[in-house]
Amino acid sequence: MMPVLNFGIHHQVFIPAVPPDWPGGFWWHWLFFTVVIIAFVLTMVMGAIYIERRGMGRMQSRLGPNRTGPFGLLQPVADAIKVLLKENIVPVKADKLVHWLAPVVAFAPALMLFAVIPFQDGALLADLNIGILYIVAISSVSTVGIFMAGWASSNKYSLLGAMRNVAAIVSYEMPLVLAIVGVVLIAGSLSLNRIVIAQDIPFILLQPLGFFLFFAAGCAEINRSPFDLMEADSEIVAGFHTEYSGMKFAMFYLVEYAEAIAIAAIITTLFLGGWRGPLLPPWLWFVTKVMAVFFTMVWTRTTLPRIRIDQLMALAWKFLLPLAVINLIITAIQVLASWPDTLPWTLVMIIVNFTILAVLVLLWSKFFFRLGWGRIEV
Amino acid sequence: MALKTEPFVLNMGPVHPSTHGVFRMRTTLDGEVVVDIEPIFGYLHRGVEKLAEQRTYTGIIPLTDRLDYISSMNNNLAYCLAVEKLAGIKVPERAEYLRVIMAELQRIAAFLIAVGAFLNDCGAFFTPFMYMFREREKIVDLLEMVSGQRLTYNYIRVGGVSQDIPEEFLPALRTFVAQMPGFIDEYDRLLMQNEILLARAKGVGILTREQAINCAASGPVLRASGVKWDIRQADPYSIYDRFEFDIPTGTVGDCYDRYRVRVAEMRQSLRIIQQAMTQLPPGPVKAAVPHLIRPPVGEAYAHLEAPKGELGFYLVSDNSIAPYRCHIRPPSLINLTALRDMVRGWKVADLIVIFGSIDITVGEIDR
Repeated sequence: MMPVLNFGIHHQVFIPAVPPDWPGGFWWHWLFFTVVIIAFVLTMVMGAIYIERRGMGRMQSRLGPNRTGPFGLLQPVADAIKVLLKENIVPVKADKLVHWLAPVVAFAPALMLFAVIPFQDGALLADLNIGILYIVAISSVSTVGIFMAGWASSNKYSLLGAMRNVAAIVSYEMPLVLAIVGVVLIAGSLSLNRIVIAQDIPFILLQPLGFFLFFAAGCAEINRSPFDLMEADSEIVAGFHTEYSGMKFAMFYLVEYAEAIAIAAIITTLFLGGWRGPLLPPWLWFVTKVMAVFFTMVWTRTTLPRIRIDQLMALAWKFLLPLAVINLIITAIQVLASWPDTLPWTLVMIIVNFTILAVLVLLWSKFFFRLGWGRIEV
Repeated sequence: MALKTEPFVLNMGPVHPSTHGVFRMRTTLDGEVVVDIEPIFGYLHRGVEKLAEQRTYTGIIPLTDRLDYISSMNNNLAYCLAVEKLAGIKVPERAEYLRVIMAELQRIAAFLIAVGAFLNDCGAFFTPFMYMFREREKIVDLLEMVSGQRLTYNYIRVGGVSQDIPEEFLPALRTFVAQMPGFIDEYDRLLMQNEILLARAKGVGILTREQAINCAASGPVLRASGVKWDIRQADPYSIYDRFEFDIPTGTVGDCYDRYRVRVAEMRQSLRIIQQAMTQLPPGPVKAAVPHLIRPPVGEAYAHLEAPKGELGFYLVSDNSIAPYRCHIRPPSLINLTALRDMVRGWKVADLIVIFGSIDITVGEIDR
């Protein structure tokens, strides 16, 4: 075991999981993982773009891009080259500095999220013992960048999109965090690596409602369909990035997919057992699960229409939030009751939890809250 | 502390993903809420009515193709009906049946685009649109078989149709008519009962029965408001009195009703095609019409049920080879007049959905 990195205070910031036994210790670890994360995110984004474009093509009874390289595998590269060669246009009345800064502000947090996500046991940049809090805090920083973009473009579509984005983030943070708390209660740790280690069975089985809530709120947080009304192309053209072109647009494009991958990675880590799995190497399990979650997002995008801004708000406050609170209470009772850790008991718990999910979702979607009911003035 | 907001003006279009062409809406918004809109058009004005005054009666048919370019057959037919009324030309039996088959095929194609684009406006990311284009492609193939064109057919002529159908047409049509009901069921399964679609379309943009009648709306927009008015039955032209079909109507007059009426119309059109196909008689397909038609001095108005509503042509003849005046009654333009009443008080997102549910083609509005 390497000595614990201790900033001279009583509190341990980094928990050494599988220690990096390289010369240089911490700094080599830091450098290595920074490079790995950037390479990983960019590769995954390319994979995600490929999956999205091809998968969407298949679902829409067309072929999708298949001319660049074998099976169109080089399509993301072609996209990237195209977008890099485009002219960079800044509106005359734009706030130049903010307009320039916005993509950077939006992009940095998307990368930073990956710092605490374990790719396999201990393979992560910083095993913060407050990993989840870090994720919750960082994931909302992108909003600042998006609002900067919307404000600086001096375009009304951009501003509408940015306002919608802020409204959505403010509302959806709440169910998102409450959904996580259930997992934390069961795992007994805020460290993502510990949470994965605690998952002898994936938490989706013990926390189906939490998974459902987190997935919905996560989709809303990163503007994936059916909550993509911040960049609703049929309404407000492209939302906050209407006035962006060239590399700056590429950055936003990257943010969009990097955040989708990040949410997929967090879902994988919290609910799907992270890197754990039989036979295959852990990192491969991790990548497979992330891509499976991302594929579900592509699936919903091709299937569902978009909801309206007031319906989005109502969904957050009247549907997701009450369910998140109920989920938290039920989980707390279950944890306190501390059922025997044997297979039959676990099976019973799984069945009970899924029944609770079905009953609650049915109750809310059929009786307490209907999407079309009433209008709230924004 | 009371926060003060003030409305701002947003120009939607003429270049916007959801304005279905070069159409502009000068919207006044209070945050997300639509306070007022002013439709502005004229970006696609080609002066079709004036051009028509300098062309022969036959030469105008290609112009009509370019009015509502996604239902060219119906435009051809409406114009030819007007000329035939003016010149008193009798159309052979077989040609009448072929006209009905083509017009109804074109109706289905136009409704497929209307419904697909509407669902796209609701935010379904191109999937329903692509599904519907898959079947529209089959219709376009059929129409290409008879006319050689895929968009502007120029098939229906004064006194009949331009040429008889090729022998492979009827088997292909039979296959299509047999398959299509299954595909329509598939569209229904796609999104009909979807909670989000219901929330977005039900009760949104209600056009009451009175409003619809007062603004002279026609077609699915009128029928969705509960008015049972279809020119094919109210004032039968061609041979529509020989076919049996229902007129689907809505009850509330909201976007959802307009969408449902269009889907139901597809089924009725299939029924008509089925009947016309079995009754199709042999014989000539074109009456002996002189190349340069000189109708007697007079005027004539002929109208028909186009996919968008009542399409009318008003022709005045001064016994020359070109009409003295040609006026077109475009259903899109008249239906559009109801837009302002429908959208006020709704949100920007609803504006797009309501606008999509009216189903306009700018080529027809601007003429």
